[in-house]
Order: sequence, then structure tokens, then C-alpha cells
Amino acid sequence: MFFYAALIILPLIGAAATWLIPFDRMRPKVLSLFACGHMAITVRMLVITPPESPGGWFHLDALGKIVLLSTSLLFLACAIYSIGYLNYRRERSNRMLCVGLLICLAAASLVTITHHLGLMWVALETTTISMAPLIYFNRNARSIEATWKYLLICSVGVALALIGLYFLAYATIVAKVEPSLLLDDLMRYAGKLSSGWVHAAVVFLLVGFGTKVGLAPLHTWKPDAYGEAPGLVGALLSGGLVNLAFLALLRVYQLSLATNEIVFYQNALIVMGLISMIIAAIFMARQTDFKRMLAYSSVEHVGIMAVALGLGGKAIFGALFHILANGLSKGVLFLSSGNIHRSYNSKNTDHVRGALRRLPWSGGLFLAGFIAITGSPPFAPFISEFTIISSAFTQGRMLIGAIFLISLTIIFIGMALTVLPMVMGDVPADSETTSYRDSLLTVGPPLVLLLLVFVLGVWIPAPLMDLLNEATALLEVRQ
Amino acid sequence: MISLADQFLVLVLLINFISLGTSRLIFSIRAVAVQGVILGILPGLLHPFSWHLVAITIVIIAVKGFVIPLLLGRAVRSAEIKREVEPFLGYVPTLLLGALFTALSFGFAGSLPMLPVHQNYMFVPASIATLMTGFLVLTTRRKAISQVIGYLVMENGIFIFGLLLAEAMPVMVEAGALLDLLVGTFVMGIVINQISREFSSLDTSLLTSLKEE
Repeated sequence: MFFYAALIILPLIGAAATWLIPFDRMRPKVLSLFACGHMAITVRMLVITPPESPGGWFHLDALGKIVLLSTSLLFLACAIYSIGYLNYRRERSNRMLCVGLLICLAAASLVTITHHLGLMWVALETTTISMAPLIYFNRNARSIEATWKYLLICSVGVALALIGLYFLAYATIVAKVEPSLLLDDLMRYAGKLSSGWVHAAVVFLLVGFGTKVGLAPLHTWKPDAYGEAPGLVGALLSGGLVNLAFLALLRVYQLSLATNEIVFYQNALIVMGLISMIIAAIFMARQTDFKRMLAYSSVEHVGIMAVALGLGGKAIFGALFHILANGLSKGVLFLSSGNIHRSYNSKNTDHVRGALRRLPWSGGLFLAGFIAITGSPPFAPFISEFTIISSAFTQGRMLIGAIFLISLTIIFIGMALTVLPMVMGDVPADSETTSYRDSLLTVGPPLVLLLLVFVLGVWIPAPLMDLLNEATALLEVRQ
Repeated sequence: MISLADQFLVLVLLINFISLGTSRLIFSIRAVAVQGVILGILPGLLHPFSWHLVAITIVIIAVKGFVIPLLLGRAVRSAEIKREVEPFLGYVPTLLLGALFTALSFGFAGSLPMLPVHQNYMFVPASIATLMTGFLVLTTRRKAISQVIGYLVMENGIFIFGLLLAEAMPVMVEAGALLDLLVGTFVMGIVINQISREFSSLDTSLLTSLKEE
């Protein structure tokens, strides 16, 4: 129980501390310190898993572990990056940013360790709200628009998820079993629950959490929020929050398995996933804002994960591995794109040219991140995407496999057409010069993330493999 | 007592139509405040007396009936807007849609199994109809304040369903939901202020610089 509490309380103490610190330069360092502490607790909990808490409210299972690990890693990288990055953003106070990040970390940890669906819902809503002021960091007309869309659409989504949970709770009452929103209880009583209520619940939960994951057609807040937020916030949104909401979809998946809703749920996931990929493919081409391009890449990758879940079988392993692969690769892309944005003071690809010449490190990282995220070997996303595609074809679902492959190809071309001119060639003569220079603190964290993505692409350590297999077993159809 | 609850739910449904049909923002905020007060009274009609119940009733009436409407009213006054002009969809079509959704939710609720105590009462249809009304207001109105009002009506719909679960849901989730509502409105209130400062208006259709060509 101690470690469960520590995982939540430590970031909250950090939030209070950063709130009280009056110096802008000091806050990111304290933030990193607490991120290190969080990472340490995470590692301890992964190595020696604490037993489930009395009552079963807190239980770190294999699915939670994967998401906790990827969130903690990414957060640590972003925290260290912020020491260097916020040095270039001294025009405004970073208090709100640091406090918001740590509150979000506490809520995110809670999502991963709880098995109580109601508590998970509260924690997810908290992550949504704590991120809103961070998207508004730049305080201009464009960022207010992005924040408004983000808040409104995500709040509606989370509200729909709540009514879904209420339906579930009512199903337990009608079935005259002990009323509960604990995942384990719901799965135990699955046979007795009225199928009408459960079906309605699954629909609302899918739409609600799907909005927060950003599955099409509920993705419309994503390009704006990712486009206007600072790079490190974008990294946490696309690599962290997306995975948390995806974990919520995984919980619904577990529930559907137990209640015979699984065929409906899988089909819905495949349809939404493929639509996401197709929409990403359409909007990725000729995108002139490279952060918005990354947002569509995020829509694409949640689509990939949804299709994989929908396919089931071997593809589940791909979906779970993709949580790590996508989260870390998005970290590389958003952090290096933040550097490029700082250096050119523009995120329009008409102005940003020759990044490799101007910023060899950041430009190189951005290029490598692009190669990784589009699923090229030897990086980690290749493994997951390959597993998913081969699973689609071995299951004989040719049409799904074909649409999946075609979308990936179009996205690769579309993304290349934006990324390659950005990094290659000469810097335009009229390009604005800024004070930004690559330094260890702004290049190191994305570089480490890239190395991780590379290592995972060529070798999955045995403990991680065990963890992934254990998690896959939780999501397997039992005959 | 439960039949009295049904009468109150009819009132809630009527207020839904007021929020769909009125263009005056202050009037709409007041209607939603009244709806909040009714929702605060409802738990008292369903459950036997306890101090816990009294506390919940007071908190709900205070938050839904006074705190949030006051915050919104202040936003309306500081932005100096009185009316919702030119909604994306006119008042008559939204009213008709609202009526359609209300009818559909009665049909939907009829097909689901209920506890014998809740049978023949309209918690489920009222809840879903209110949810859909909120969703309609949210999607068809242009002003930021109207959209927040829509969100509140949605939350009210969810709250009605929550009444059926009062015993099943631990206090923590109950409190969490209320807190989220408050914080959400508070954050939205701040954002609204910033919108009016940046654009000197609260018209969210001006928020169109972020769009694909």
C-alpha cells in the first residue's frame, strides 16, 4: 500500500513545492528531481510488484505496468528537457506549467494503478483539466482557441464515459449482485449482468474514452491542441495522455471479453481505427505546420492501436508493444520539433528549411524520429506494426490488412514530403536568427528516447517480454 | 414520495426545452440554476432521512443552484453580451430535435430491464433526454457561455441517472464528479475570460484560425 500511495503523493508534494518556489530557473530542476523520484518508485514497483490493496481498489497489473513505465520514462525525459527549454522561454513565468505537469503526473499514475473504474474516470478527467493551462502556455489567440476546443470536446467525451460507467453500476444493481464498479467484481459477475445495460455501457464508454484517445471522428481537438502547445507538452499529450486513455479502452476490452460484448467492441474498434488512419493519411499530405503534422501522426497511431485491439490474437501483442514504441517515438519527435520551432521561431514548413545544417542534432533527431514512427526497421514501431499487419493477414482479414498497409504507405509519403524539405537543403537567407542553440539539456533527453526506441527495435529484454506476454494473456479470448 | 420525484422530473424536462428555446443568456443560466436546485431536492425524496443526505442536498443546491450560475452570470456581465445570436441551428429546429430525442429516450429506456422499485418511473428517460438536450445546446450554439450551459445540462442528465445508484456508488466518486464539474466550470470560466479579452467577443465561431484548408 505504501508504494501505491507514494506514487501519487510524491508528484503532489512536487506540485506544492514548485508552486511555492519563487524562482523561474529553479522550478524545472525541482521538477526533474521529482520526476527522478517517480521513476525510482516506478522501477521498484515493476521489479517487486506490491500486492493488491485491501478491497481491490489498487492493483498494478501487467497492463497498468506497461502504461506506467512508458509514462514515467517520457515524463522524466520531458522534465530534464524542460531545464534547458524553459531557459529560452523566460518571457513568462513557468509556475503554472511545472505545477500542472506534476498534478497531471499524479493523476496519470492513479489511472495506471487503480482497478476501480469510477476512480479511474476521476483521475482521467483530472489529467484533462490539468493539461488545459499548459496548452494555453503561449497566451495568444491561437492557443486560446486550441484550449477551448480541447476542453470542450474532451469534457463532453469524459461525461459520456461517466454515463457509461453509471449504466454498468446499474447493471450490477439490476442483477442483484453486490453493486460495484471494481473491474474484478464486474468481470466475476459478468454472466449475470443484463446484456442491454452492458451493451449501452460499452457504446458510451467507447465514444467517451475514444474522444480522449483521439480516435476519428472524435479527433478534431488534436491538431489544434498539439499544434499550439509547447513541444514538451505535446510530447506528454501524444505519448502520455493518449496511452492513459488507451488503458481505459483496454479495461473496457477486458470487460467486453467477460460479457460477450467483445465481437461488437472489436468491430467498432476496427472501424474507428481504420477511419483514423485514413483521415490521418488525407490530412498528413501537404501539411505546412509540422506540429499539426505530428498531431495527425498521433491520430494515425491511435488508429493502429485500435485496429490491433480489434483484430485480437497476435495483434494484441503489437498493440501493447506499440504503447511503448509510439510513446517514446512521439517524445523524440515533439521534443526535437520544439527545438526546431525555437530556433526558427516558426513552425511553418515554408520558413523552416535546412534544419540539419542549422541544428545538426535536433534536425537529425527529428529525421530519425520520422523514420522510426513511420515503421521502418530497425526501430521499435516496426516490430509492433509488422506484428499487427502479419496478424491481419494470417487471420485472413485481407481487406483490413490492405487498408492498413495502403494508409501506412500514403502516410509515409505524406510525412516524408513535409519532413525531408524541412531537414535537407539550405537555410533560407531571410530566416530569422534566434538565440537558440542545441545543448546537452535540450538534445540529450530526445537522444536517450531515440536510443531506447532503437534498442527496443532490435532487442526486447526478457523481463519486458514477460511483462508483455503477461499483459497479452489478460486480453486473450478464452474459449 | 417517488411519485413526487416524477413530477419534479417533468419540471426538469420542461427546463430542458427552455434552455433549447431561449436566446437570453441570463434567463438560460437561471433556468439551469432552477434545474440544479430541483436536482438537489430529488435525493431527499428518494431516500430516508440521514445527515449524510442533508449534507449532499446542501452541497448540490449550493454548487448547481448558486456557485456555478453566479460564476457564469459574472462572465456574461463582464463580456457584456445578452443574447445568443444566430445559433448554428435555429431555435425551432433544435426544439423539434429536442422533442425527438426526448421521445427516443423514452423508447430506449423502455427496452432496458429495471429494478421493480424504479419500474414505471422516468429516471432513465429523463436522464438520457437531459443528456441529449445538453449535447444539442453544446453543438448548435455559437457563444462560449451557451456551450458551457449545454455542458452543465449534460452533467445534470448524468446526475439524474446517478440518483438510481446513490447506494451503489461510493461517496468518493460522487464527490469526485461534483468536484470535476466545479473545476471544469472554473477553468472554462477563465478560458471564457481570455477569449473575450483576445477577441473582444465570446463568439466561438470566431475561433477559426486553426482549420485545414
